[in-house]
Amino acid sequence: MKNKNYLKLSGLEPLIITPESNFINVGERTNVAGSKKFLRLIKDRNFEEALSVAREQVENGAQIIDINMDDGLIDGKEAMVKFLNLVIAEPDISRVPIMIDSSKWEIIEAGLQVVQGKCVVNSISLKEGEEEFIHHAKLIRRYGAAVIVMAFDETGQADNLKRRIEIAKRSYDILVNQVKFAPEDIIFDLNIFPIATGMDEHRKNAIDFIEATRWVRENLPYVSVSGGVSNVSFSFRGNDPVREAMHSVFLYHAIQAGMNMGIVNPTMLEIYDNIPKNLLEHVEDVMFDRRDDATERLLDFAESVKGSAKESKKDLSWREEPLQNRITRALVKGVDEFILEDIEEARQLAPKPIEVIEVNLMTGMNVVGDLFGSGKMFLPQVVKSARVMKKAVAYLLPFIEEEKLKNPQVDDSINAGRILMATVKGDVHDIGKNIVGVVLACNNYEIIDLGVMVPPEKIIATAKERNVDAIGLSGLITPSLDEMVFLAKEMQRQNFKVPLLIGGATTSRAHTAVKIDPEYECAVVHINDASRAVTVVGDLLKKETSGAYKENLKKEYDDFRVNFLKRQKVKTYLPISEARKNKFQIDWKTSEITKPKQLGVHSLKDFDLNLLRDYLDWTPFFRSWELHGKYPGILTDEVVGEQATELFEEAKQMLDKLISEKLLTARAVFGIFEANTVNDDDVEVSLPAPKRGAHFTKNLSTVGDGEIFRTLRQQSQKAKGKPNIALADFIAPKETGIQDYMGCFCVSTGFGTAELATKYVENHDDYNAIMVKALADRLAEAFAEYLHKQVRTEYWGYATEENLSNEDLISEKYKGIRPAPGYPACPDHLEKQTIWELLKVKETIDVELTESMAMWPAASVSGYYFGNPEARYFGVGKIKTDQIEDFAKRKNMNLDEATNWLKPNLAP
Amino acid sequence: MNTIQKALQDRILILDGAMGTMLQRYKFSEEDFRGERFKDFHKSVKGNNDLISLTQPQAIAEIHSKYFAAGADIAETNTFSSTTIAMADYDMQDLVYELNYESARIAKKVAEEFTKKEPNKPRFVAGAMGPTNKTASMSPDVNDPGFRAISFEQLRVAYRQQAEALIDGGVDLLLVETIFDTLNAKAALFAIDEIKEERNLDIPIMISGTITDASGRTLSGQTAEAFLISISHIPLLSVGFNCALGAKQLTPHLEVIANRTNLAVSAYPNAGLPNAFGEYDESPAQMAEQVKEYLEKQLVNIIGGCCGTTPEHIKAIAEIASQYKPRSVFQTKNLAV
Repeated sequence: MKNKNYLKLSGLEPLIITPESNFINVGERTNVAGSKKFLRLIKDRNFEEALSVAREQVENGAQIIDINMDDGLIDGKEAMVKFLNLVIAEPDISRVPIMIDSSKWEIIEAGLQVVQGKCVVNSISLKEGEEEFIHHAKLIRRYGAAVIVMAFDETGQADNLKRRIEIAKRSYDILVNQVKFAPEDIIFDLNIFPIATGMDEHRKNAIDFIEATRWVRENLPYVSVSGGVSNVSFSFRGNDPVREAMHSVFLYHAIQAGMNMGIVNPTMLEIYDNIPKNLLEHVEDVMFDRRDDATERLLDFAESVKGSAKESKKDLSWREEPLQNRITRALVKGVDEFILEDIEEARQLAPKPIEVIEVNLMTGMNVVGDLFGSGKMFLPQVVKSARVMKKAVAYLLPFIEEEKLKNPQVDDSINAGRILMATVKGDVHDIGKNIVGVVLACNNYEIIDLGVMVPPEKIIATAKERNVDAIGLSGLITPSLDEMVFLAKEMQRQNFKVPLLIGGATTSRAHTAVKIDPEYECAVVHINDASRAVTVVGDLLKKETSGAYKENLKKEYDDFRVNFLKRQKVKTYLPISEARKNKFQIDWKTSEITKPKQLGVHSLKDFDLNLLRDYLDWTPFFRSWELHGKYPGILTDEVVGEQATELFEEAKQMLDKLISEKLLTARAVFGIFEANTVNDDDVEVSLPAPKRGAHFTKNLSTVGDGEIFRTLRQQSQKAKGKPNIALADFIAPKETGIQDYMGCFCVSTGFGTAELATKYVENHDDYNAIMVKALADRLAEAFAEYLHKQVRTEYWGYATEENLSNEDLISEKYKGIRPAPGYPACPDHLEKQTIWELLKVKETIDVELTESMAMWPAASVSGYYFGNPEARYFGVGKIKTDQIEDFAKRKNMNLDEATNWLKPNLAP
Repeated sequence: MNTIQKALQDRILILDGAMGTMLQRYKFSEEDFRGERFKDFHKSVKGNNDLISLTQPQAIAEIHSKYFAAGADIAETNTFSSTTIAMADYDMQDLVYELNYESARIAKKVAEEFTKKEPNKPRFVAGAMGPTNKTASMSPDVNDPGFRAISFEQLRVAYRQQAEALIDGGVDLLLVETIFDTLNAKAALFAIDEIKEERNLDIPIMISGTITDASGRTLSGQTAEAFLISISHIPLLSVGFNCALGAKQLTPHLEVIANRTNLAVSAYPNAGLPNAFGEYDESPAQMAEQVKEYLEKQLVNIIGGCCGTTPEHIKAIAEIASQYKPRSVFQTKNLAV
């Protein structure tokens, strides 16, 4: 790598273009000359949205972004600098290199002065003579950028092969020999011109470009070749099928000749192999100037393909294939349309109904398993396969029962093992657990799913009674971790021998190794995704592998534990009294405090879900299906794009159904209160004076209309100048005499979810059961986002001018914060009780807290509102026992109980 | 001029340690900082370490001597903050030329004395060019991410003044260091490249970035590799990292650089990470032990110390480094441009 003369560019991250690199796609949407939308945004000075255009391009896979501000009505230099400065501040955009695009040198130079990474200048040429060319090239080298050189000289643009070669060679020699420009930093743009224009002199435009590219790559060492591809099909504007085919054919040949980067609109590209043969022939005739009448023929042919290309008929030819192929296909594609008729056919052919499962269905599911295992199928597809499988099995069961009555002595235990699964006591989250259950069921395991909030006694009793082969526990909130440890101890005490599987968002390999594994002599294993579950359970339960695998596991976790504990760096912590002295300082004299427009408690019932659509954050939705990537980029992702798009369409359909049929109910209760910090870490909240009455005491906890929120403070030793933050720091202390405010809220979109999901499960449709729950979770988050906005702009009204897009909301660009108990800024779940008291949550909207402080229904969100402009999200991190002692005292709670709740945050 | 390239082929070169840590030992008072010359200056100057070169030059010379005696091949001039931008804090912009020139002269004089005593171990002086106290690609105002407190042009002019004075004062090479924002460094390189062309001078340049924390990125957000790519357009003697991290934490980032460049690689980490009192307390033996990993993996050509290191640290590092071969480099190719 280090010796090679490769083109190396950088944003925050490197981009190295090697001979093995795929074609480098340059994003062109941030170009005022090429995008009307972008031009309008820049003219209107709407830089915020202009940034989102840039971000979208990067998310959609642009590896370099071209930025151009050349327009008569714009101050190009000012706009370039302003926009670049904003781009640089957005790491998700500025991770890629920038192409500074202008025909004016002063704009290029201004751009080069504000970008730290290695850019590409687009472009310079010999148009104004050698002197200027050399001058600019020298400066570009000194600024540290690569350069695009246009095939243009004093006499004009190169429009044939000979001129292209001549200008490229001359430019190269000057740059490399006189300017000492690194040859790998030179990129030639050899002019892509339209073909099939009807003019004879344009007939060789494509072929000349391609041949010039080949010559340049063979004769001018280390350079790259680029160009704007859409030019080539200019004369077919309005006929996308033909244009798409032309782009693909052109690129196919140009890339072979050595064009390695360029501006291509990915949505305007057909897959070369998918171009209909006759269209391909006509296009290639034009491209390579193979016949005199090529253009006329393509024009005639173009009429016939206009608009017809994208319509496709449902292809049912597979129905003609042999039975097993049809069953396998139905499982792999997740199509249940014909499955019952195929299964019936199979049943009639099989000696015993059970063999349809053992032979036909399992053959298909093995294909599914292999495809999933090798990353060629994704989780949502597998869950759909399971739906087909379940329907088929449900159809067969009566026949199997009948067969049993006839031959009672035959052992027909067909499954590979029986697995008990449960979300532990106090926890209500089960999407992940259900997915693992479905995937295991697909692989012929019998799943006993005890549901959510399952008490340990019930898990133990069921495990004994049903003689299960493994137990799987799941949980999302931190108190569930202790429940799992408790179960492991209990299993040990009762002499269990079956493997214990641990999963769920809050669990980790480290926690499993350090806290759970030592409590149980037999196998304990942490499984973080559904695809791994199958192999792990297989290895655990198969007789041939089981012994060795379990032994290995034990050792692996043991080693992990020893290393983990060894690695634990001894962090330095401050006594809580010291940490308090280093609190986050806000200058209360100048700090902006807005008096809320509507103090007090408000509630929304039967809220219109339709209003939440625009606030949905889809990225976590895809994650819950184990499809990783950011929305909307994920929809066009090379690997999971197709699957993500399908899932997204189906999710939107389900969402329509949920909303139009009012299957879910959304409710919210929230309040804004007068608040002041007392004794450093506590926030005293109360309703305005008239209601509060005369007894203005320090401990408002005992007063009906006020409460005290206890916050936790960072205790780890910070770098100089960095504070030890607690949420209380964002509220004015009482002694300042300044009246401050804070709020809290609970929203839920979960009412109706459980009932609906159960209906789907009864109908053998786990896919939609999981879908409903995943969507309800998203809606709850969207509701919280929506409500926060209402509070900022209306109820509290400290940000009435706010104008943020949904992406801005997702990336938390709003003023003020809404941290949730149980999350990093306030890891203590107990404060939910205070919110419940203050807002009368249970009484008002019927959302309950479990004994582990999980909210029920699961699709609920609760939290605080802090409005100070300096308030920000942070993590409390680990704390020491002195703070827990102090916390217990403040809460008037016994120390053991407080320690129990805060254990996950206690520093070792 | 070619001698440092030659020395690099033969052995691992040792850079000196911290200047600030050593100056603390003198416990200079406000009066000491002021000296006779600035006794009526209108602003407090205590803490302006670069000013010591003018008011207590013997202390600076003494520190250079101690580092050379400990085994250092290269001393850094006491000019980390000697730009108009950083000196604005003390209203001493007008002294910039003199500060750089005098600091260079002091170091060069001590270096020459040592070279005379030990001709087989020539000593070199690197003109230290710090990052200034402003960033060209980040906004200091969280509410206005598009704002910049300093421009490329202002940085270029300031670095140009500093580099010219250092060269006039006799430095053997220039060291653009503690780079937290690559754009600042690019302005420095731009200025140096201009001077080299105007004076027809081929002065070697060392570049040293700073990885701020475990994220493995510079303060301005670049990965080590992106940083390397962004500064590779100007011919360099060496590239590497210093400050912010201890020797141990620096290792993976040095590996990234060492695997991707033909330039010499330099490292001068802090004496560990700061303890509870903000002090660096890794002992010379401990630090040398960590440095051993660099040597065994052949990651470096130049090694020294940053915050918290002392002549004792440098002695320990020099001793262990003398037992290893330098990382092989193809210096000539890179200087050919």
